[in-house]
Amino acid sequence: MNQVEILRFALRGLLANKMRSALTTLGILIGVAAVILLVAVGEGSSRSIQQNIQRLGANTLTISPSFSGGGGFGGPGGGGGGNTGPRTQARPLTLADAKALTDRAAAPSVRSVSPVVTAGSATAAYGAASHSVAQLVGTYPSYFEATNKPVEQGTYFFNDDVLAARKVIVLGRTVVEELFGTVDPVGKQVSVSGVPFTVVGVLKEAGSSGTQDADDVAVAPLPAVQQSLSGFGSLSSIVVQATGAAATTTAQAEVTAVLNQRHGVTTSPDYRILNQATLQETVSEATGTFTVLLAAVAAISLLVGGIGITNIMLVTVTERTREIGIRKAVGAPRGAILGQFLMEATLLSLVGGLLGVLVAFAGTRFAIAGIQPVLVPSSVALALGVSVGIGLFFGGYPANRAAGLRPIQALRHE
Amino acid sequence: MTAPVLQVKDLVKEYGEGDAKVRALRGVSLEVERGDYVAVMGASGSGKSTLMNILGCLDVPTSGRYLIDGADVGSLDEHRLAVLRNRRVGFVFQSFNLIPRMSALANVELPLVYGGVGQAERRARALEALERVGLAERVHHEPNQLSGGQQQRVAVARALVTAPALLLADEPTGNLDTASTRDVLRILDELSESGRTIVLITHEDDVAAHAKRVIRLVDGEIVEDRRQAPVGGPPPRRTGAAR
Ligand SMILES: Nc1ncnc2c1ncn2[C@@H]1O[C@H](COP(=O)(O)OP(=O)(O)OP(=O)(O)O)[C@@H](O)[C@H]1O
Ligand SMILES: [Mg+2]
Repeated sequence: MNQVEILRFALRGLLANKMRSALTTLGILIGVAAVILLVAVGEGSSRSIQQNIQRLGANTLTISPSFSGGGGFGGPGGGGGGNTGPRTQARPLTLADAKALTDRAAAPSVRSVSPVVTAGSATAAYGAASHSVAQLVGTYPSYFEATNKPVEQGTYFFNDDVLAARKVIVLGRTVVEELFGTVDPVGKQVSVSGVPFTVVGVLKEAGSSGTQDADDVAVAPLPAVQQSLSGFGSLSSIVVQATGAAATTTAQAEVTAVLNQRHGVTTSPDYRILNQATLQETVSEATGTFTVLLAAVAAISLLVGGIGITNIMLVTVTERTREIGIRKAVGAPRGAILGQFLMEATLLSLVGGLLGVLVAFAGTRFAIAGIQPVLVPSSVALALGVSVGIGLFFGGYPANRAAGLRPIQALRHE
Repeated sequence: MTAPVLQVKDLVKEYGEGDAKVRALRGVSLEVERGDYVAVMGASGSGKSTLMNILGCLDVPTSGRYLIDGADVGSLDEHRLAVLRNRRVGFVFQSFNLIPRMSALANVELPLVYGGVGQAERRARALEALERVGLAERVHHEPNQLSGGQQQRVAVARALVTAPALLLADEPTGNLDTASTRDVLRILDELSESGRTIVLITHEDDVAAHAKRVIRLVDGEIVEDRRQAPVGGPPPRRTGAAR
């Protein structure tokens, strides 16, 4: 009695009930495919969120005033904005704050500091075309690196431009398309809320994240924007880049210390620091929970598939107890009987599992609900392992019981 | 003289517990020599099948000893018992007990599969056994495509195919008509003539008349043990037995 014979008996047993075997296989197939697919969707969404965060810039801290409405750049057109000044005893962020942060002694973990003013909805025009830019940023050149905004065409602006308050501007892809179409914008003049700026560069396309179009931006030297659009008031935010990924936490502590001292903060600070790393952590925790949730739902369907196998094996063994009696009467050892039924259960779950993997592989090639699923190899192994394990365990129990009967008990079974 | 093929001493079999207890066998002692052809008779419920199941190692006695070829069956573990059922004993049931949806050939091959015989030899021996019971034409039919008599002949072929020392048959003709009964009895007579040891159960005197020795059971005890023909000689068959 060898394994081939056992396999042959098992196949014959399964084929004797094609419909039943097919449906059981389908149950396992759905379970396995669901586990792999849903985990892949979870992983895919978590990756895309991570990418969106990374797109904001690496190792950066964004400091913004914590009182709402402070800074006063809220007005449409932004031109007349200006110094509304502090409303409470809270102090706005100033250029002096930014300067203080560049002090190597007080903040050694800080690599660059970019003060930022933003003017919402400034209207840019070129010839007859005009476009309301979602985000007009006035800042220093270090901003490009800190916020991960590489220039694709033309150049950045430089420290000289900042010092001289030159009216140069780097445009995002969307703005370029709206104003210039296919014309090369570099060297052309655009007017931003009536003030002429020379285009020196175009940012690399960043893609949209959610509802926000990350390419609908324009970046110009800080003093140029202040002079012509926002006025020399407080800053909207300060972007600080740390010296490295590991240094963001120390950088945050240093920044906090400097600002607390300058603002005379004792209890609650009048500014907020958004730490890229902590944000990332928080978000990956949240998406991790999401993935676990999906996996749990999928695991339940796998379990249901497993119960299907158990059920079928129970029915099969009960139905074939007489057959087991006959086999024992002609001299089948217990191991051969047990082997045959275990093989049947394993075949069902293995075939179902492998087909499920195939379906899942095919499924992950399509975007599901706008998310490109990412296969997690361990989920494939786990789903297959669990399905075969369930088959063996729950198929083994009734088979073992039947194989242990005395031949005459099995033969008398009705 | 060699050891008897089969030897039982004070065999007792009880079913159930307490008030519901049934003593199906009350101390049966019996020896069957090699080449003998024994018919066991008795009223319904007298314990014939119970005895036969124990002889075929399908069931275990409550007490008493049972030896096959001098080996004590009671001391064998499960695996050896399986080997014993496979090699030494061929069992024919009243209700055929073929495996459905398996061809006659596959059914007959079954004991050889469990006996570890290779595929080619298995096939040859199974075909030979089927030919011997006159079913060479029907080897690929499944049980539900065969008549009762043909099914019983397949069952006989399955019992024979391992060339067991002992052929046990529990009312092999109980479900068959006259013609089929005659076929099966002729096969058993031939087997007996060729030296095989046979024990069969029957209700019918006509069937018992084929045996060399007749044992009668009443309420789980042997009340009569009559020899009709010598162990060494041919079975006292009446060719073309009339009813
Ligand atoms: N599994 C069982 N559980 C309880 N009692 C049983 C069992 N099998 C047989 N018996 C009882 O044991 C006695 C002997 O039964 P057995 O089947 O040996 O009779 P038999 O001689 O073969 O009868 P028949 O000629 O009708 O086949 C009967 O009284 C029967 O009721
Ligand atoms: Mg009986």
